[in-house]
Amino acid sequence: MRVVVARSIDAALAALASATEASRILAGGTDLCVEFESGRTRPDLVVEVGRVAELRFVRETQAGLEIGAGSTCADLLRSAPVARGADLLALAAREVGAVQIQNRATLGGNLVTASPAADLVPALFALGARVRLASLAGRRELLVEEFVTGYRATARRPDELVESVVIPPRPAGEHRAFHKVGTRRAQSISKVVVALALGPRGAGARIAAGSVAERTLRLATLEAALARGLARERLAQAVAHAVALDTRPRDDVRSTARYRRAVLERVLVRVLGPWLEPEGNAA
Amino acid sequence: MERYIGRDLARPDGPAKVEGRAVYVADLDVPGAWVGGVVRSTVARGLLLGLDFDPGFDWRTVAVATAADVPGENVVALIADDQPLLVAREIEHWGEPLALVAAPDELQLARALAAVRPRIEARAACFDLERSPRVFKSIRVAQGDAGAVFRDVPPGARVVEGTYRTDSQEQLYVETQGFVAFPPASDGSVTVRGSLQCPHYVQKALARALGIAPEEARVVQLATGGGFGGKEDYPSVLACHAALLARVARRPVRLILGRHEDLAVTPKRHPARVRVRAAFAADGTGLALEADVLFDGGAYTTLSPVVLSRGVLHASGPYRWPAAEIRGSVVATNHVPYGAFRGFGAPQTCLAIERLMDRAARELGIHPFELRLRNALRPGDTTVTGQRLEHSVGSLEVLEAIARRTGFDRHAWGAPHAESGPRRRGLGFSFFFHGAGFTGSGEELLRGRVSLALLPDGRVEVLAGSTEIGQGTQALFTAIAAEALGADAADVVLATPDTARVPDSGPTVASRTCMVVGGVLAAAAAELRQRVGDGAASWRERARAFLAGGGDGAVTRAYAPPPGARWDEHSYRGDAYPVYGWAADVAEVFVDEDTGEVDVARLWTAVDVGRALQPRLVTGQIEGGALQAVGWAHREVVSARDGRCEQDRLATCIVPTTLDAPRFDVTLVEVPYPGGPFGAKGVGELPMDGGAPAVLSAIEDATGIHPAQVPATPERILDLLVARAEEAHA
Repeated sequence: MRVVVARSIDAALAALASATEASRILAGGTDLCVEFESGRTRPDLVVEVGRVAELRFVRETQAGLEIGAGSTCADLLRSAPVARGADLLALAAREVGAVQIQNRATLGGNLVTASPAADLVPALFALGARVRLASLAGRRELLVEEFVTGYRATARRPDELVESVVIPPRPAGEHRAFHKVGTRRAQSISKVVVALALGPRGAGARIAAGSVAERTLRLATLEAALARGLARERLAQAVAHAVALDTRPRDDVRSTARYRRAVLERVLVRVLGPWLEPEGNAA
Repeated sequence: MERYIGRDLARPDGPAKVEGRAVYVADLDVPGAWVGGVVRSTVARGLLLGLDFDPGFDWRTVAVATAADVPGENVVALIADDQPLLVAREIEHWGEPLALVAAPDELQLARALAAVRPRIEARAACFDLERSPRVFKSIRVAQGDAGAVFRDVPPGARVVEGTYRTDSQEQLYVETQGFVAFPPASDGSVTVRGSLQCPHYVQKALARALGIAPEEARVVQLATGGGFGGKEDYPSVLACHAALLARVARRPVRLILGRHEDLAVTPKRHPARVRVRAAFAADGTGLALEADVLFDGGAYTTLSPVVLSRGVLHASGPYRWPAAEIRGSVVATNHVPYGAFRGFGAPQTCLAIERLMDRAARELGIHPFELRLRNALRPGDTTVTGQRLEHSVGSLEVLEAIARRTGFDRHAWGAPHAESGPRRRGLGFSFFFHGAGFTGSGEELLRGRVSLALLPDGRVEVLAGSTEIGQGTQALFTAIAAEALGADAADVVLATPDTARVPDSGPTVASRTCMVVGGVLAAAAAELRQRVGDGAASWRERARAFLAGGGDGAVTRAYAPPPGARWDEHSYRGDAYPVYGWAADVAEVFVDEDTGEVDVARLWTAVDVGRALQPRLVTGQIEGGALQAVGWAHREVVSARDGRCEQDRLATCIVPTTLDAPRFDVTLVEVPYPGGPFGAKGVGELPMDGGAPAVLSAIEDATGIHPAQVPATPERILDLLVARAEEAHA
C-alpha cells in the first residue's frame, strides 16, 4: 500500500492520477479507519487530504453557498453562513456520532462513502446540492442524486477528488425539516433519517430519506403528489403510497423493514401535515 | 462518634485512575512477552474432525496449543466440569476455542491464526430455550397448596396471569478481558496477572487445567476496568488459555481480547421466559402464586444453576403469598454460554412479577401502589421459602419514601390520557427486594476470610481477596478498617488481591463485598484493636508499642453465619439469604407514539441499604445499576443469528449514553442490619432489578399497551400500538 500525504489540491490530484478502483482517499478517517481495522479494505493507494487547507472553507457565491469537501461536521455546526443558507446540513451534522467524530468527519467523506445511513447526504439531497469534482483532466459538477449511485457507490472516478458542494440560494417561503430516528440520543446510526424541503403550495418539493434503501433517495412519487397540490387530508394515503413505491427497506442489526416503513410514513405525515392546506384550500 | 462511617472518603484508587497511572493488563510491560490468540469455531454445533496447519506458514515462528496439550484436565472448573478448555471433538457453540496460538507480535499472530484451518462437520443446533433437549438444573419452591387455590378459586377471588420474556444483556465493562501468563517456574508454579473479579476462582481453574496444586497457581489482580459479573466466570477460561500458551511458548504471553471478540464470546445475561399467575381476593390480598421460570443457559453449565436459584427465589417479588409454587429450569442451547451479570437471575423474574402486579391492579381496579402496599412483606412475615423476616426489613419505609418523593400513590395510573399528539407522558412503578450475599448455605460453606497484619511502622495491612472493580471496594474497606480500629484512614494499607498473599474472602459478587467481607473485616479490626488497646496516643504509636512488647499483630477472621440461620438445599426451605435489600422505583417516560421511541426522563428510587457506609459510593452504585436497568428495559438489544452474537461492536452494541440517562433521584433509607458492618447490607445488584419493570409500567401508563418483553424496543412498542389500533378498528 502506497500512502501519499497531500498538502494541496494539486498534489492530491497528481497523486490520484494513478489511482485505481482499489485506491482510497483519507480525509477524517472516521469511515476508512474502521474499514482498515475490520480488514475489509486493502487499498493499493491511500491519498491523505485531511491536511489540505484549500478544501476547508465556506463561502457565499453567486451560485449559492459553496462548502469545501474538507469541512468537518464541527465546521458546519459553527458556520453562520451554513446556519443561514444550509440549515439542514447543520442539523444533520449535529446528529453525526459524537463530538470527537464531528471534529474529524468531513462533508466530502460522508458523501464519498455514500452509506445508505449517512446523515449529511439526505440533507444535501433536500437542499438540491451540486457536487464539484476535480481531476487532472478537468472539473465537472453533478447533482448530488446523480453523484450517489448505489450502496456505497458514487459517480466519482478513481482519479477524481470531491472539492466542494454548492447549495443553491434558499427560495423564498421554503419549509425545511430534518428528522433522524436512531438507536439512542447520541453516538447513533440512523434507523430512518429524513430531510426535506417544500416550497409554497407544494412547489419544488425535495423529500429525501436514508436507511430505507441501499442508498439515500428522494421520494419522487410523494414529491409529484405534493407538486399537484396535495391536500392535508390526503397526505397519509399519499405518503403510504410513496413509501411503498419508492423505498426498499431491509431488516438489519439496527431495525426492521416493517418499522422503517411505518416510521418513515409517520415522520413524513407529522412534518408535512402542518405545511399543507386542508381540502378546499388546496390548489 | 463515627469518623468514617456515613462520610465520604476519597477513593484510594481514584488518583491513579484519573491520571492514567493505574496499570491495567494492557499497560503491563512484560519484556519478551508474546501475544496470544484463539482459533474459534465458526459453527454453533458440530464435530471438530481435525486442525489443518497451512504448510506454507513457518510454524517454528509461533507456539500452538490444542486440547492434547492441556497438562491437567481439559475442563474449565466451575460448577459442573462440562466445558472444555479447548474443543477435543464436540463443538457446542459459535466461537468456541479450538486451538491457541502465541506469536512474537500481532501481525505474525494474525497470519498464524489465519493459517489454522479447522475441519468441522456442522450439526443441527438448538437456539430455542423452549425446545431444548437438555436441562442443566431444575428447582422447585413450594409453600402451602397453590394448586388447590387455582383449581377451586374462592368466590370473589380473581386469577391474573401473564407470560413475560427478557432478552440477554451485555455487561460492557470499559476494559475488555485479558491476562498475562508467565511460563512455569522451576518448581512448577504458575503466575497469571489480569482483569478479574474472583482471584480464587481463577486459581482453582488453573490448578485443575494445569494439573498442579492450587497453591502452585498464583493469581494477581491488576487494575480492573469494570466487571458487573462479566469477570466472574470467564477470566477462568482466559487465564487457563494464557497459562497454557505460556507453558507451550516457554515465555510470558499476553492474551487480551479485542472488543469485537470480547463482545462475541464472553457470557452475558441469561434470556428468560417466565409464566406467572396469581390469585387475589377482591380486596387485592394475594392468595396464591404460581410461576414457571425458564432460563436459556447456553452451551455449558457455567454458573447457570446458581443464577436459576436466585431467579426462582426472587420470582415471588417482595410479597406475602400464603400459597406458592415456583418451578424453574435452566436449559442447554447452542448459544454462547450465559453467565453472571449484576442481578444474577433476579431481574428476569422481578420483571415478570412486577408486570403481573400492574396487570392485576388494572384488572382488580386497585391502584398499583395500593396493591403492592397491601401485599408487601413486613417484619415478622415469612417468605415463600418459609424464611421469617426479622431484621432490617425496610419494605414499608421505602414505599412510604417513594410515595412522599413522587406522589405516585395519587397518580391516576393507566387512566385514559386527555392530552393529544404523539408524545405521551407516563409514570411507572416497581417494588422489589434482593437477597444480599450467597444463596442458602453458600456463605456458611465458603466461610470467607480476611487477615490483618500490623506493619512495623504501626500501619495495618488489610489482606482480602475482594477486588476493586470500580465499585469502591478500596474506599469502603479503608473506611470500615479505620473505623473499627479507631485509627486514621492513612493507617490502613490495602494488599493487592494476590492469591499468594491474601486469604480466600470469597468472590467479589452477589452484593457480598460490603456486607459479608466488610463484616469479617470489621470483626478482625475490632479484634486487633482489642489486642493493641485504646489510649491517648495515636494508633501508630500504640501499635508500635504493642509490637515492641512482643504482641501478635496478625489476625485472621472467617465469616460466621447469623445465629439460628437454617437452609435446606434439598427442599428449598429456610433462610434463603442472610438479609434482603428493599427498594421501590418510579420512572417517568415520554413515549413517541409515531416512532415507539421512549425517553426515560426521570427515575426516582428509594432504597433500604441498611446503613450507607459511604453515601456517595452507594448512591453511585444505585444510579449505575438503575441506568443499566433502564438501558435493558428499552434500548439494549442483544441477539444472535445462528448462534453468533449480532452486536459484536460498539457501533451496534447500544447502551445508554449520558444524553440517554434519566435524571436520578435517590433516597437512601436506613434500616440497620445487625449482621452487617455498622448496620450495612448488600445493595450492589438491587438497583438492577426494578428499573425495567418501572419503565415498562410507565410505557403502559403512557400508551395503554402492556409491554411483556424486555427490551421494549421502539420496534416492539410500535407493533403493540399498531395491534391495538387494529383491534380498535375491528
